Amino acid sequence: MSGKRRVAVTVNGTRHEREIEPRLLLGDFLRSELDLTGTHFGCEHGICGACTVILNGDSVRACLVFAVQADGGEVLTVEGLGSVEALHPLQQAFHEHHGLQCGYCTPGMLMTALDLIRKHGRLTEAAVRAGISGNLCRCTGYQNIVAAICAAAEAMQSEEPAGDA
Amino acid sequence: MKPAPFAYAAPRSVDEAAALLAEHGGEARLLAGGQSLVPMLNFRLLEPALLIDINRIAGLDGIAEVAGGLRLGALVRHRALETSPLIAHRFPIVAAAMAEVAHLAIRNRGTIGGSLAHADPAAELPLLALLLEAKITAVSAKGRRVIAAADFFTAALTTALAPDEILTEIELPDLPAGSGWGFAELARRAGDFALAAVGAVIAEAGGVCRIARIAMAGVGSTPLRAPAAEALLQGGALDPGAIAAAARAAAAAAQPAEDLHASAAYRRHLVEVLTRRALSAAVARARKAAP
Repeated sequence: MSGKRRVAVTVNGTRHEREIEPRLLLGDFLRSELDLTGTHFGCEHGICGACTVILNGDSVRACLVFAVQADGGEVLTVEGLGSVEALHPLQQAFHEHHGLQCGYCTPGMLMTALDLIRKHGRLTEAAVRAGISGNLCRCTGYQNIVAAICAAAEAMQSEEPAGDA
Repeated sequence: MKPAPFAYAAPRSVDEAAALLAEHGGEARLLAGGQSLVPMLNFRLLEPALLIDINRIAGLDGIAEVAGGLRLGALVRHRALETSPLIAHRFPIVAAAMAEVAHLAIRNRGTIGGSLAHADPAAELPLLALLLEAKITAVSAKGRRVIAAADFFTAALTTALAPDEILTEIELPDLPAGSGWGFAELARRAGDFALAAVGAVIAEAGGVCRIARIAMAGVGSTPLRAPAAEALLQGGALDPGAIAAAARAAAAAAQPAEDLHASAAYRRHLVEVLTRRALSAAVARARKAAP
């Protein structure tokens, strides 16, 4: 019961096994154990949304889930979204609409937007604003983020059948 | 790492969890959705010796129709309450109120059992439990008991659960046919805890109010019912004057505190406004639903 535990977590399609302390947060597991530093920690108590990742198909705060809880599960982080050569439609839209400045909140914004689009399909501007209300950005004033997510939702709907992202 | 070290157990059954609680009691904490507990661990406001993760217990996440109501497992997530067709059909007030709870990523994890056991006085689910007169089942190694919501919330962040008990299910008794509901809350930003929230249930027959229930959150150390306001409505006509009088009575029954978000007087004012809105919506729905 005490001491380190062995976990196996599939992250962005790759299975990783590690011996970890139960108190290791999922976000720290991604950053420190797997060197996936795209997931950012901001507030570390669930307010800022910067560390949002997808766990078993749902967006979660990686600061409010322990890595042991992800044992046997699947995680998608910003590193699994697209590549520099082939941006994900969300990343492409953030690029085109200037949806980021310093970039600190961006991974959380992208993963939150992904879950919103997967669950709701096409999104009204009001739904996007409500949907990202748990993700803080201190640079952009949100305007361009909202525009980017609306554009990505449109692009993703024309590419994929609803609910199948 | 942020939290202090703890031992971790992920029991596969309620009996196993109850046995762990019997052994470790006050030294242990149950981990459900973790959306309130983990921040407290990160801040080291809590340093339990043992964390008992109940997420791998099968069968605690069901929403089922039972005789006289709906039975919800403790691990039913906010998101499931928000999207379940059964909830939308039987208790639409619950689905509507869930949209006000935090944000999608939080609702994806947070659970009804966790929210009730955490007992934040400004949270929506404790208010709804009180309003809907939920029956809460607690299991320990010694047996099981059912606690009425009215007896469950004893103080801020404090419930009738004993240290060796695990909350396993919540039963929502059916509302009388022809009931209507209303829910209104105000928060400074989307997803914040409510400065004040009010829920109402109304049933009318023959132009007379048969059932009136009003519950409020954010304006006391626990969610509160407003019995004097309910009594004002019962047996009378549900006209705007009666609703306004009941709203004033609810505001008088509130026990708001002052903090950096709002003064006590403002919260009391909100209770009056929100009660009027919730009651008006409940009356309109009751009339639409009337057989």
